[in-house]
Amino acid sequence: MKNESLYNYVLRLGDDSLILGQRLGEWCGHGPILEEDIAMTNISLDLIGQAMSLLDYAGEIDGNGKDHDALAFLRFENEYQNALLVEQPNGDFADTMMRQFLFDAFRQPLFEKLVHSSDAQLSAIAEKSLKETRYHLKHTSEWIIRLGDGTEESHTRAQKALDNLWRYTDELFSETSADLSLVTSGIVPSMVEIKEVWNKTVHAVFAEATLQIPTNNWQFEGGRRGVHSEHLGYLLADLQYMQRAYPNMKW
Amino acid sequence: MKTLDLQELEKRFQEKVDKEIKIEPNDWMPDEYRKTLIRQISQHAHSEIVGMLPEGNWITRAPNLRRKAVLLAKVQDEAGHGLYLYSSVETLGADREATMDDLHSGKAKYSSIFNYPAVTWADIGTIGWLVDGAAIMNQVALCRCSYGPYARGMVKICKEESFHQRQGYESLVTLCNGTPAQKAMAQDAMNRFWWPALMMFGPSDADSPHSAQSMKWKIKRFSNDELRQSFVDATVPQAEILGLTIPDPNLKWNEERGHYDFSPINWDEFWQVVNGNGPCNKERIDARKKAKENGMWVREAAMAYAEKRAMKKTA
Repeated sequence: MKNESLYNYVLRLGDDSLILGQRLGEWCGHGPILEEDIAMTNISLDLIGQAMSLLDYAGEIDGNGKDHDALAFLRFENEYQNALLVEQPNGDFADTMMRQFLFDAFRQPLFEKLVHSSDAQLSAIAEKSLKETRYHLKHTSEWIIRLGDGTEESHTRAQKALDNLWRYTDELFSETSADLSLVTSGIVPSMVEIKEVWNKTVHAVFAEATLQIPTNNWQFEGGRRGVHSEHLGYLLADLQYMQRAYPNMKW
Repeated sequence: MKTLDLQELEKRFQEKVDKEIKIEPNDWMPDEYRKTLIRQISQHAHSEIVGMLPEGNWITRAPNLRRKAVLLAKVQDEAGHGLYLYSSVETLGADREATMDDLHSGKAKYSSIFNYPAVTWADIGTIGWLVDGAAIMNQVALCRCSYGPYARGMVKICKEESFHQRQGYESLVTLCNGTPAQKAMAQDAMNRFWWPALMMFGPSDADSPHSAQSMKWKIKRFSNDELRQSFVDATVPQAEILGLTIPDPNLKWNEERGHYDFSPINWDEFWQVVNGNGPCNKERIDARKKAKENGMWVREAAMAYAEKRAMKKTA
């Protein structure tokens, strides 16, 4: 492989989009309002599109002729490098919006920086994805504020979602020593910068939403190195079903 | 100004319809015309929304990412059609939430085809090809419906539906040119969906209670049997190209009529499914009710927040 560090970096971006897109797709037909059914399906569609571009590019860097489908459908569970946050179950609408908001607030500054990557392909993917992510973040920020500052019930549910999901947020900013070499070469930004922007966004939105950041700051990690929660296996069983049951066919 | 009597109003209304002038929301219209449209458009809206369920069921299991994206986009289009149609119903003075409650209580109907399960991936292509194909036959005619908002909505909906039909067919072309397992999957889907697709056009003309009046009002342009025949005529050659067998031993070209002959439809099955005894009627309605119930607190939160904002602005 000509650049293993870049491969892993791009694969992680692709896996985050893939797994979260798959999760959101589960809402289709069951949203709380028709308009939100459309919005969640739309975000899912954007994420699947990003996954296609990113996984294709990962395959290209790898040089083994694997396209997005080979990477999306034919890896074992411990070969997926998505963050634990995105594989968490949909729960109720507050859980889904909170998971999406915490993620969008991370991806927007990340793509903003990746647009300036010295790697032309990564920069092009980031530019397209950034436009989509800006809409996603706007949408989810508004819902977090609405739910937090809505009724007593919606506040309780939003706070519970935040309490549950906060422990998966640090992992988004984890960096390996290989990543740091990409930072030095100007291919990717430092996660320190991204976290600063993320912190500002989430603090501002939670303040307006009257939500409290949990005081228990114990953080989980593992997804980035292939150690996942029990939830991922079921998600992959659905995702991979056709490719595993009917191997080597064109669809 | 002299008040027009009812007879005179009805006469003028029918003259407009006969001259192909569109009826608009603020125009006078007979109560029955309004009621018929509310019933028909809301049933159409419900069909779009319930129709999301059998297809949505395959989003997480689509066999590759392109098909997943296409299916997501398609189901999203159906939700969009639902929105336009509920808006059309609202132009007639009906309330969206109230029409949805009628769906949940069983008072309002929706297309019976969605009470059949989508059990394999080939069902998704088959639904696109046959179900969207049958829907288009009906809907192209509705683009000329006398009620303006419905007719205009149908123009956009038809464009998207015809795209869906081609996507469905393209997906079946892939299966039919694939492995024997894929071809068998496609044939199995055809066997299960053919008859329910023909039933989508509704009862035979002789047993269709609302048809004659709807034709006079130009809500409907063709009878159920005429549309069903057009669908069979258009679909048989498409099935031949795929190499799929239509599950009807009596299907054959009738030179004299210039149409395909086909077996009588099992109307017992049709009425059983319409009246709630199809394989998925309960599941579909339960899913819609659950979405509404689970979404109640979300809608309440959105309203409470909007009120708080409005109060802050006026304070």
